[in-house]
Amino acid sequence: MNAQGTVHKYGDHVDTDVIIPARYLNSPDPKEYSVHCMEDIDKDFTKKVKEGDIMVAGVNFGCGSSREHAPAAIKACGASCVIAATFARIFYRNAINIGLAILECPAASSGISNGDQVSVDFDTGVITNLTKHETYQAEPFPPFIKDMMEKGGLMASLKAGKAGV
Amino acid sequence: MGMTMTQKILAKHAGLDSVRAGQLIQAKLDLVLGNDITTPVAINEFEAAGFDQVFDKSKIALVMDHFAPNKDIKAAAQCKQCRTFARRFDIDHYFDVGEMGIEHALLPEKGLVAPGEAVIGADSHTCTYGALGAFSTGVGSTDMGAAMAAGETWFKVPSAIKVNLTGKLRPFVSGKDVILTLIGMIGVDGARYQSLEFTGPGVAELSIYDRLTISNMAIEAGAKNGIFPVDDSTKAYVEGRVNRPWTAYEADPDAEYERTVDIDLSQVDCTVAYPHLPENAHSAREGKDVQIDQIVIGSCTNGQLPDLEAAAAILKGKHLAKDVRGIVIPATMSVYRECMKRGLTDIFLDAGCIVSTPTCGPCLGGYMGILAAGERCVSTTNRNFVGRMGHVDSEVYLASPAVAAASGVAGHICHPEEV
Repeated sequence: MNAQGTVHKYGDHVDTDVIIPARYLNSPDPKEYSVHCMEDIDKDFTKKVKEGDIMVAGVNFGCGSSREHAPAAIKACGASCVIAATFARIFYRNAINIGLAILECPAASSGISNGDQVSVDFDTGVITNLTKHETYQAEPFPPFIKDMMEKGGLMASLKAGKAGV
Repeated sequence: MGMTMTQKILAKHAGLDSVRAGQLIQAKLDLVLGNDITTPVAINEFEAAGFDQVFDKSKIALVMDHFAPNKDIKAAAQCKQCRTFARRFDIDHYFDVGEMGIEHALLPEKGLVAPGEAVIGADSHTCTYGALGAFSTGVGSTDMGAAMAAGETWFKVPSAIKVNLTGKLRPFVSGKDVILTLIGMIGVDGARYQSLEFTGPGVAELSIYDRLTISNMAIEAGAKNGIFPVDDSTKAYVEGRVNRPWTAYEADPDAEYERTVDIDLSQVDCTVAYPHLPENAHSAREGKDVQIDQIVIGSCTNGQLPDLEAAAAILKGKHLAKDVRGIVIPATMSVYRECMKRGLTDIFLDAGCIVSTPTCGPCLGGYMGILAAGERCVSTTNRNFVGRMGHVDSEVYLASPAVAAASGVAGHICHPEEV
């Protein structure tokens, strides 16, 4: 599993209210609400982002509300992956459950700049900055989570009778 | 090695003698909660996966509170989807307009959460029930959908921070001031992935409502849960509400904590979290230059009867300052009724406030009380993120009901002693 794309860089404590404001949560359809993704801190994000692009942020990405609409909006916009120094725990769990790839890597978070071209190898956790010719090592997913993601997320694992640890 | 209170509850629900921090476990659940925003997504996942039954119709609670009474056609469709699902599976605890309240005030009030139980909810403030000595935490909709089918879910066992409380609160100081002070000390990610375990002689000095407010905002420090020991106040609260056996768990004397934070309650003053993070704690005495346009008193954090009594005590015989709007929202229908019976509603109306039926509306910028660019609100809610209550250039200041009421009268942030 790999990803490559242009980086959209953000700061610390990017909360789920700015990822997808609550005023758009009157629909459960990601296609409908994702056009407003990030608009309160980056109003052109949905115009700029291309299929496969990568979001990079600082600490505590996805803090706040438990709304699964946040990772779902990022995924529906075409982003392939979020790399952050750290994630808030509900966002981390939601991203895995819906199949949005995420990696915790403080070195990548500080080393990568907006607009850099970056590739990610999810099996090894190696993040390569093609613009700056640097690599960063993220912790790969633990086997339990990797297994769940390979099966297609939480629901698919549960149906297969193998969501337990 | 001993276990924390949280670890003991998780071990019990996982059918294990002991667990350690970092361990992945599968735990049985006593209650699965969702609201009108998160449940539709959970239902879609549940149905797409092909499930045709719920694990236990008496252990699912669906509360229409965020955009209800329906704020628009789409919100109405979401509530309708929840209602249809509830009727299809004969869900016992489905709460619609007329009997609903704000979920985290309603569930304890109805006795749906008891000490020692394990609860997940597709709402981040599900951590509120730690006040009753339960393990409860927020999850997303897919987790909720899976749990409605399976009755269990996976957890990584959290490590813990011990919060040692001593002393006694001063007049006008409340649980809200304690939690804003704590978040100011440790930061919005200070307890990320961890339990906040409150302990010490100060616990007995906090009412169950102060504890509900404190546990409610554990998530604002990034915590997985925030839990209090079970004592006489807890027992008095659950008696007559909970009609099933429950268990009080205690942390082992040799339980391991990552660190200890000491708070002397007598040193806590009325505290306001300035925009745009709950960690931006300031004394309410510093706010003279912060002119305000609105106050909101309510929410899952501060919409209980003692919260409204504290606000009414300040507002009695006074009026909001010119050009300040006041919105008061009792958290449940029984709180709403008590406000009328006890004359609080008249005090609020005389002061120039409106009194709404229960809803989360303004807290998350959903509807009712939305702010324009440049406007400021002192709110008893739990988040002051960019755009949380309206325009991206509006500002939310988090405070207790007493501080919000005093600020409404003064027209700027102020300490209740000053009005």
